[in-house]
Amino acid sequence: MADDSIRLHYTVPGDDFTRAGEASADLKSRMKKLGLPPGAIRKVSIALYEGEINLAIHAHGGDIDVEITDDEVRMVLSDQGPGIADISLAMSEGWSTAPDEVRSLGFGAGMGLPNMKKYSDEFDIQSAVGVGTTVTMAVKTA
Amino acid sequence: MTISQIIETLDAELLTPDADVAREVHAACGSDMMSDVLAYVKDQAVLLTGLNNPQVVRTADMMDMVCIVFVRGKRPDEMILRLAEARDIAVMTSKMTMFTACGLLYEQGLRGGVG
Ligand SMILES: Nc1ncnc2c1ncn2[C@@H]1O[C@H](COP(=O)(O)OP(=O)(O)O)[C@@H](O)[C@H]1O
Ligand SMILES: [Mg+2]
Repeated sequence: MADDSIRLHYTVPGDDFTRAGEASADLKSRMKKLGLPPGAIRKVSIALYEGEINLAIHAHGGDIDVEITDDEVRMVLSDQGPGIADISLAMSEGWSTAPDEVRSLGFGAGMGLPNMKKYSDEFDIQSAVGVGTTVTMAVKTA
Repeated sequence: MTISQIIETLDAELLTPDADVAREVHAACGSDMMSDVLAYVKDQAVLLTGLNNPQVVRTADMMDMVCIVFVRGKRPDEMILRLAEARDIAVMTSKMTMFTACGLLYEQGLRGGVG
């Protein structure tokens, strides 16, 4: 029921890589308290975590809106970053524009978007160069 | 194997003294690329890494991992240790290289799990 849905909003800072992951950690603990299935919790956590990392390293930060309903968790990640010129290239495993300093922190393997798609039951990405990127992911919980 | 057996095998130092070292570990993953770790779900796993930053703990947390081994003598700072403690993740440091540490755990019967 839409009336019973829980809505959450997170802001991901673009200048502090060490804080990326706070939103996914918070959502994870909330889902646990709600008694949602562990498999679904893990899928949401991983997908959102990769999304948060992308907002921090590629888009100078952004916003996350989450809606938890009866049967799914829906996440919308939006940013006003540089956008993505070739989405199918960005979606391919191993493709990354991350600078060396990001790689030395353990990210930039070009597996983020593929992982996000893999762990969500529904995945959509819209992007325009110079405007920004919006990623929508949903994971079924029932 | 248990966390305490890992400590023994890797001649490691436990940095989270309150951790339950009797916990069972079923799989292992050795990597410095966190997205590779996130690509394959393993059950009750240990993460071995040469990387030293808070994202190591966050990655382990998202994967419900129970233990992190920092290889080559890397020592995480207090902030990283507190993050791990809050999530019931045992943290240790070993002087061994990634290759040697993984090899010894493999020899003890630990496997990579799926993927
Ligand atoms: N929110 C975003 N804004 C701009 N570019 C992005 C965004 N997300 C991903 N990208 C682009 O897509 C590429 C692939 O992303 P991803 O699969 O997460 O790999 P990685 O983050 O390791 O580079 C990135 O290197 C970047 O060029
Ligand atoms: Mg990424």
